[in-house]
Amino acid sequence: MSSTPSLSDALLRVASLRVEIPTRHGALLALDDVSFEIAPGEVLGFVGESGAGKSLTGMAILGLLDPPGHVAGGEVWLGGRRIDALPPREMRRVRGREIGAVFQDPLMSLNPLLTIGAQIDETIRTHLPVGAREAAERSVALLRSVGIPAPEDRYEAYPHQLSGGMRQRVVIALALCAEPRLIVADEPTTALDVSIQAQVLALLRKLCGQKRTAMLLVTHDMGVIAETADRVAVMYAGRIVETGTVEELIRNPVHPYTRGLMGAIPPLGPVEGPLAQIDGAMPRLNARPPGCAFNPRCPDAVDRCRAAAPALEALGTRSVACWVHGPTAPRKAVQ
Amino acid sequence: MSAVDVRDVVRHFPVGQGLLRGAFGGSARAVKAVDGVSFHIRRGETFSLVGESGCGKSTLARLVAGLDAPTAGSIRFADAEQKGHRVQMVFQDPYASLNPRYRIGSAIAQPMRFQKLVPAAEVGSRVHKLLRQVGLADADAAKFPHEFSGGQRQRVSIARALAGQPSFLVCDEPTSSLDVSVQAQILNLIRGLQRDLDLTCLFISHNLAVINYVSHDVGVMYLGRLVEVAPTRVLFEAPKHPYTRLLLEALPRLDTRGRDRPPIAGEIPSPLDPPSGCAFHPRCPHANERCRVERPELRAEPDGAQAACHAVAERRIPVTVHGSANG
Repeated sequence: MSSTPSLSDALLRVASLRVEIPTRHGALLALDDVSFEIAPGEVLGFVGESGAGKSLTGMAILGLLDPPGHVAGGEVWLGGRRIDALPPREMRRVRGREIGAVFQDPLMSLNPLLTIGAQIDETIRTHLPVGAREAAERSVALLRSVGIPAPEDRYEAYPHQLSGGMRQRVVIALALCAEPRLIVADEPTTALDVSIQAQVLALLRKLCGQKRTAMLLVTHDMGVIAETADRVAVMYAGRIVETGTVEELIRNPVHPYTRGLMGAIPPLGPVEGPLAQIDGAMPRLNARPPGCAFNPRCPDAVDRCRAAAPALEALGTRSVACWVHGPTAPRKAVQ
Repeated sequence: MSAVDVRDVVRHFPVGQGLLRGAFGGSARAVKAVDGVSFHIRRGETFSLVGESGCGKSTLARLVAGLDAPTAGSIRFADAEQKGHRVQMVFQDPYASLNPRYRIGSAIAQPMRFQKLVPAAEVGSRVHKLLRQVGLADADAAKFPHEFSGGQRQRVSIARALAGQPSFLVCDEPTSSLDVSVQAQILNLIRGLQRDLDLTCLFISHNLAVINYVSHDVGVMYLGRLVEVAPTRVLFEAPKHPYTRLLLEALPRLDTRGRDRPPIAGEIPSPLDPPSGCAFHPRCPHANERCRVERPELRAEPDGAQAACHAVAERRIPVTVHGSANG
């Protein structure tokens, strides 16, 4: 805590994060040189295909990597305090108190044998110095604030008595109950129907806005990012390939992978020709090609792409990791 | 000409059947998964069903594919008596729908052998042709399912379905478990094959953007019933039913940011105990007494859409008729 190198007012600062998974055939590099910041009240979306490392990034920040996966390098700073190397006891205090988490499947986050109220009470009393009575009052107030009808009755209900959308609201109440500064939301609406998804996203946006809670939103759905996030980071094969504001990334993606991703989303208007598709699939961790991991699928790849991986470098207000379209490219290639 | 005619199809699943039923006299309760649905699909076209979980769209797909029998109503194929009439299905989960112990070459050969479609000596070359048709290589025939990614497995499932030389193809959420870039590959493949082979398709999805891309006509389901049926462009450009409008509005879009408009509240009611009258009335901003009592039937609009809504029929809500705005 003595040497705080953070000069910005970022709440969360992740620098050169590296996560490895040791196997019999050597260590797999699951996250490589992942760096980003989130300001208070900001929503940063992480998007990418399955296996790109977006969930892993969230889990690494929460200190919940499944062994033998572990942080093998880099730093995670939360409000001037380094949290990637805390002992498990202290990290437990950070989780829930300073970082809340919402995962995809609400049934995995809730204990089926305890009432909703008991679970929220427990979390409040673990992190805040309040008595049983006040905790119960706060729980009911929280259930009301996440839009659960008849919260006094729901306080006594068990998870199986609620619908999927209601359960996810309970999980959001749990994540928010100690008023954390950061929420890691990993596919929070993926298991929900589209009309319920809209309700839950509106709720997350509203609650984070009120308390200036920052959010790291992991999703595969670019539409969810567009509606909810301020900035977005696009991940591919364990690295961030492009970051920027949501508007600029959607309107004018620079990295060929981001472009492909945008082109592959079926529009709602008339479509005559085929959808833009990125041929092939993302490489597995044990078969990462040399150079830029996207080069075998990239329509613009040149020799340099096959030789060395480009770093994420600033290009105007965004950052891009690409030899052809990035800031280090020859002038004409930059649009 | 319709290739398939679905009329007043009902599928009820009785609940509470078991040991206790005899002891306590049983109940007449049933989940009305599909509750009186009629539509038809023209030859060579794709008809899509869209709706949220529990609306009955997958049950309906299984009924049309012949995997389940309706409680009441009829499903008639125009060419049912003819020789080439075959129905095949592509399922959602490419991990569960392929036998892990079968090399994919044998999996694809199975329908041909079973239905004796191809002389034994030609099965191998036909498998290779199908693999190439779905964008895989001849050598892949010797591999096992675990050697493929999700998108490749879905290609295998499609090749297997095509091996049965279907005249009618049912696709139940074929891209829901795939990443968006892979989804685009599979959607392009399905649309291309449908055109080249002149297949008639029933396509099921919860994703409106996917529906928009593949379908000629769309049916919107809510609690076991069709609430709107319309040609694709009409549905997306001039939706009639309040539920269709809700679905379209709730869809996260790339061109709208952090909208403040509150999403429509409420959830899908239990199909065990559906609301009276129009099942959507508890969530509908336009519901009145008639909606609470009388169940609306599909009613044709001038632009080819059909909507089951009293508010639309009575013009209590502004209704856009497709094409009229442009003259």
